[in-house]
Amino acid sequence: MIPAAFEYYRPQDMAGVLAILEEHGDDARVMAGGHSLIPMMKLRMAEVPHLIDLQDVGGLSDITVEASRIVIGAMVTQADIIDSAELTAAAPILREAALQIADPQVRYMGTVGGNVANGDPGNDMPGLMQCLDATFTLVGSDGERDVPARDFYEAAYMTARDDEEVLTAVSIPLPSGGYAYEKQKRKIGDYATAAASVQITQSGGTCTSAAIAMTNLSDTPIFSEAAGAALVGTALDDAAIKSSVAAMLNDIDPTEDNRGPIAFKKHVAGVILRRAIERAWSRA
Amino acid sequence: MSNKMHIKLNVNGKEEEFLAEPRELLIYTLRERLNITGPHIGCETSHCGACTVTIDGKSVKSCTMFAAQADGKSITTIEGLGGPDNLHPLQEAFKEHHGLQCGYCTPGMITRATKLLEENPNPTEEEIRFGMAGNICRCTGYQNIVKSIQAAAVEMNASKEAAE
Amino acid sequence: MKDEVDTREDRVANLKGMGCSRKRVEDARFTQGKGNYVDDIKLDGMLFGDFVRSPYAHARIKSIDTAAALEVPGVLAVLTAADLEPLGLHWMPTLAGDKQMVLADGKVLFQGQEVAFVVAEDRYAAADGIELVEVEYEELPVIVNPFEALKSDVVLREDLMGEGGSLPDGAHGPRKHHNHIFTWDAGDKEPTEEVIANADVVATESMYYHRTHPCPLETCGCVASMDKVNGKLTLWGTFQAPHAIRTVVSLISGIEEHNIRVVSPDIGGGFGNKVGAYPGYVCSVVASIVTGKPVKWIEDRMDNLMTTAFARDYHMTGKISATKEGKITGLHCHVTADHGGFDACADPTKFPAGFMNICTGSYDIPTAYLEVDGVYTNKAPGGVSYRCSFRVTEAVYFIERMIEVLAIKLDMDAAELRRINFIKKEQFPYQAALGWEYDSGDYHTAWDKALKTVDYDGLRAEQAQRVEDFKAGKTRKLMGIGLSFFTEIVGAGPVKNCDILGLGMFDSCEIRIHPTGSAIARLGTISQGQGHATTFAQILASEIGLPADSITIEEGDTDTAPYGLGTYGSRSTPVAGAATAMAGRKIRAKAQMIAAYLLEVHDNDVEFDVDRFVVKGAPEKFKTMKEIAFAAYNQAIPGIEPGLEAVSYYDPPNMTYPFGAYVCVMDIDVDTGVPEIRRFYALDDCGTRINPMIIEGQVHGGLTEALAVALGQEIAYDDMGNCKTGTLMDFFLPTAWEVPNYETDYTVTPSPHHPIGAKGVGESPHVGGVPCFSNAVQDAFRPFGNTHTNMPHDHWRIWKTANELGLHG
Ligand SMILES: Cc1cc2nc3c(=O)[nH]c(=O)nc-3n(C[C@H](O)[C@H](O)[C@H](O)COP(=O)(O)OP(=O)(O)OC[C@H]3O[C@@H](n4cnc5c(N)ncnc54)[C@H](O)[C@@H]3O)c2cc1C
Ligand code: FES
Ligand code: FES
Repeated sequence: MIPAAFEYYRPQDMAGVLAILEEHGDDARVMAGGHSLIPMMKLRMAEVPHLIDLQDVGGLSDITVEASRIVIGAMVTQADIIDSAELTAAAPILREAALQIADPQVRYMGTVGGNVANGDPGNDMPGLMQCLDATFTLVGSDGERDVPARDFYEAAYMTARDDEEVLTAVSIPLPSGGYAYEKQKRKIGDYATAAASVQITQSGGTCTSAAIAMTNLSDTPIFSEAAGAALVGTALDDAAIKSSVAAMLNDIDPTEDNRGPIAFKKHVAGVILRRAIERAWSRA
Repeated sequence: MSNKMHIKLNVNGKEEEFLAEPRELLIYTLRERLNITGPHIGCETSHCGACTVTIDGKSVKSCTMFAAQADGKSITTIEGLGGPDNLHPLQEAFKEHHGLQCGYCTPGMITRATKLLEENPNPTEEEIRFGMAGNICRCTGYQNIVKSIQAAAVEMNASKEAAE
Repeated sequence: MKDEVDTREDRVANLKGMGCSRKRVEDARFTQGKGNYVDDIKLDGMLFGDFVRSPYAHARIKSIDTAAALEVPGVLAVLTAADLEPLGLHWMPTLAGDKQMVLADGKVLFQGQEVAFVVAEDRYAAADGIELVEVEYEELPVIVNPFEALKSDVVLREDLMGEGGSLPDGAHGPRKHHNHIFTWDAGDKEPTEEVIANADVVATESMYYHRTHPCPLETCGCVASMDKVNGKLTLWGTFQAPHAIRTVVSLISGIEEHNIRVVSPDIGGGFGNKVGAYPGYVCSVVASIVTGKPVKWIEDRMDNLMTTAFARDYHMTGKISATKEGKITGLHCHVTADHGGFDACADPTKFPAGFMNICTGSYDIPTAYLEVDGVYTNKAPGGVSYRCSFRVTEAVYFIERMIEVLAIKLDMDAAELRRINFIKKEQFPYQAALGWEYDSGDYHTAWDKALKTVDYDGLRAEQAQRVEDFKAGKTRKLMGIGLSFFTEIVGAGPVKNCDILGLGMFDSCEIRIHPTGSAIARLGTISQGQGHATTFAQILASEIGLPADSITIEEGDTDTAPYGLGTYGSRSTPVAGAATAMAGRKIRAKAQMIAAYLLEVHDNDVEFDVDRFVVKGAPEKFKTMKEIAFAAYNQAIPGIEPGLEAVSYYDPPNMTYPFGAYVCVMDIDVDTGVPEIRRFYALDDCGTRINPMIIEGQVHGGLTEALAVALGQEIAYDDMGNCKTGTLMDFFLPTAWEVPNYETDYTVTPSPHHPIGAKGVGESPHVGGVPCFSNAVQDAFRPFGNTHTNMPHDHWRIWKTANELGLHG
């Protein structure tokens, strides 16, 4: 498993990155942790004549918790997320989700930016970021722009990011209330059979807001607005959860693979979501 | 073929400099260029952990990193942990508690375990199983690997206390 | 003298002989990263070879263009079948009496098949060269199902057709159809059918034991080095049977056997994957001859999973009959065996379905019949014994499922049904209906111990309560109790009925005692993690009274080791272990004469005692083995040649029959299909126990591989013959997280015909473990009407069972 030959660049700043992207267009790609990209290159499923390593570009590895939002640099790794007490205090769902990604070695290398930019429906962070209503900051030669996570994903490996843009940070409005990241997989190191992110607030036993997103159940992550809406204003009784699950099932479109056929995936998606809602509610 | 790059690594405390194609994977640099054959290749797709080394304090699967990415970094392999006269407590413990059979996973396993114990000097069985889940062993069923790591933890904590 | 103050116990302990948990001598190098595996070998000027492989499962090859590949800097040669044909090496014999293409000769029969071999200065150039070899294929209809193969007009193996479309016999007799390989049977057909037709109760079941793969952590590979100056070929490789490889290489290449040296260095696990001969070995040898340089070939993981050595793929149909009280009267088994594109099973020649005829299991079944049909399909060849003796996992799975199915039919407890049908202790040696003579066993004792330890009755009560709770809506988890009682058949085997390609399946040991009382012993086997260097030294220590720490064990180099058939099918301890003991006894016999001479008494007046010979009745008069060794070399003893050496080639009189009783307790989430192993108890009886620590380690490992196979590990194909499970993402190898802690236990029933009573253990836990895990899953659903569902019990298939039983409301 040897990748095709390529040129390697390790620019020291974003201007350097953008210049190479501009020069080589489609033939150039940035690499963060490389733990999605390198396996694809080794299998020769991705050909990257010009590979731009982002590791030396400054300012991409910070975690900042502000009064109303959290900003996570694109090069922050899953391990960094797990280790950050400040982040865990502010948005514990991030740690809960990160711990369910891959294995320890991969988590040291895999980055938030790579995970959300990759566009693989199996990645866990995109759904999570949709649930948290995060915004992705993209920078290109024309400057910076922000795209909501909920508008970012178009199809498998197709996102709103232009080829010449780099994702620099993820901003998350400070979440409140109860949370849960629930994932079923065949073993450690596997992508989700089905996963659900849920963030819920309540007041006096009535649900005041609910955000729900599902992973690996369509060719993009699925933010199910209807599933969340079904919970708001209820006391999270069985009927409310049932209608939330039904709404979610309407929104997903899983395909058959080695993890199982469509009927199974839908059923598990429902079970996983119910459990996530119940756990989030118990923490709300 | 692309241009060769000038790469500098510190491997097990020794400075190494060489020219290599950017696509050279670190595992091959170690095994074929530097004759450091402790880290093994079990899958090449970052699932098995046989190729695990420590790079600047992180456990890394060296089959999924280009040597170019490691340029300027410090790498520790099983060979750097201890030798015949100064075995690492984990090396001792794996021998003592039958933590290996064919030995193929062992270098990666022990290298990963050093890092696990550094981060968590008193792991529970569950924490060990979770923390070692990036390393596959086909022979032992893991039970004695867990036992070996627990024993090494006790030993390392005792000698740390004695030193204090 | 120190010896005089040591107690007898001290002297025994000092030997570190049989029965003690001696630490492994191999571990020093492995824990320091100093193992020497084949991919660690680096020779001057060494080249790398790798394959162009077929993307199609069945296609004709219209053309192969290697020109562009040869342009790649560093690519030296591209071999195709046309290059090998003049040497007669484009096909090679398989271990099963069939032949297999080394490189595609006009067509390909499975996805991943070897089409061309690119030889280059480094692995990068080889990889680039592969990309540029242009092969034009014409797709042919693909058959991945053996039942369809037997109906299809499509001829998979045109090379096996006779004149005018006739069907010549295959290696194992007449063939019924052009995609049929053999029919093999055992037992009495009509009487069995009659018993079943007239029985009180008959249970019938069809089951598929899915295709899987041994997948050792190290893949297969080799380094071939032809020294043209001396005419010597050296071949290092991952060989579980180095001597057999030497013989095969000699037969197919024409190089005389003394000019071939085959070396198995350290092997990173085998589990059956490394028994066979693969195209990579042949191509490396040819490439080395052509280029005059050493050539290395190492599979990557996808190559490994997709092309070398699958296991199982047995479609089994059973009928079992019994009296109303549950006494089994007859068993009928038919197997349709999917062998893929070539029949490359690694079985003894006379047993094309291995020892499937051990499928009467641990039970006294008076009448039985087994029939196996082998079939070609467009899948990879193989059919190896993945951590088991030849097809014994299939046999044990079959009978342990049939027992459960019968218990359901009889509405009986499955533990009790087993108990009333076990072969009784006093019936051994027991002649089974399908031909084998079981050497020894005490099944009832083992079973009772197992059930008592796990509190079987308590578990059943808990399970009944759980069913109540489930029905009342208080829980969504069911509880399964998996039982299995297995009898293995290992130690192939007696040369009178066991050979592979005509090579008798004896094994060997050669011992040389050094003058100062240390020793080296060489064997025809090869360890792949079993710890031979440790345990064989223990056997010898006990036999010859020298400390195990003073004995070096060497295996795997055909220039130095005596001929043997290698390590697989748990044969090392039963066969080579016996050879070791017998060679040790020859040493001891000579030592006795020397001792008698030195002590100035008659030979018969001295006796062996731990580490010395003592004068009978006068234990203060003795000579230690160390002293005797020195004298053997350095003292002129009338009538005795100098030196102390011995060789033994051991042809076992019978197989050995280890057995065991396993219980698994599992909770199953009905809604997600996720199983959770709560408890696993394994009692093994492997006869005399040489090293309890190593036995326990083997049990943990074998059970974990059993867990994998039962709960998810498979080689699956789509209808086009594409392999869907080519990486470790989809091919299930559990991590530490998915694996439970096991409880181990034992009884000891020595083998009466083995010199030290040992039976072998490496594969028992796999053989017994698979049905135990599977039975646990199936048992959880028994109260709801389940009789049988096929493995692997991954989440979705468990879910499907629950769904079909209406448990999802
Ligand atoms: C064995 C294994 C198991 C895994 N299991 C999971 C899992 O369960 N869940 C999960 O979510 N992930 C899983 N992963 C993927 C892992 O988390 C990846 O590391 C992650 O998805 C990508 O992060 P990276 O930093 O490695 O990205 P890279 O591999 O470097 O890049 C991935 C893609 O994103 C692009 N990219 C990277 N950074 C940027 C950026 N800043 N701006 C624009 N584009 C960028 C790259 O060009 C590339 O196309 C697994 C990986 C492995 C090897
Ligand atoms: S070889 Fe690197 S993870 Fe398997
Ligand atoms: S000891 Fe063989 S793979 Fe772990």
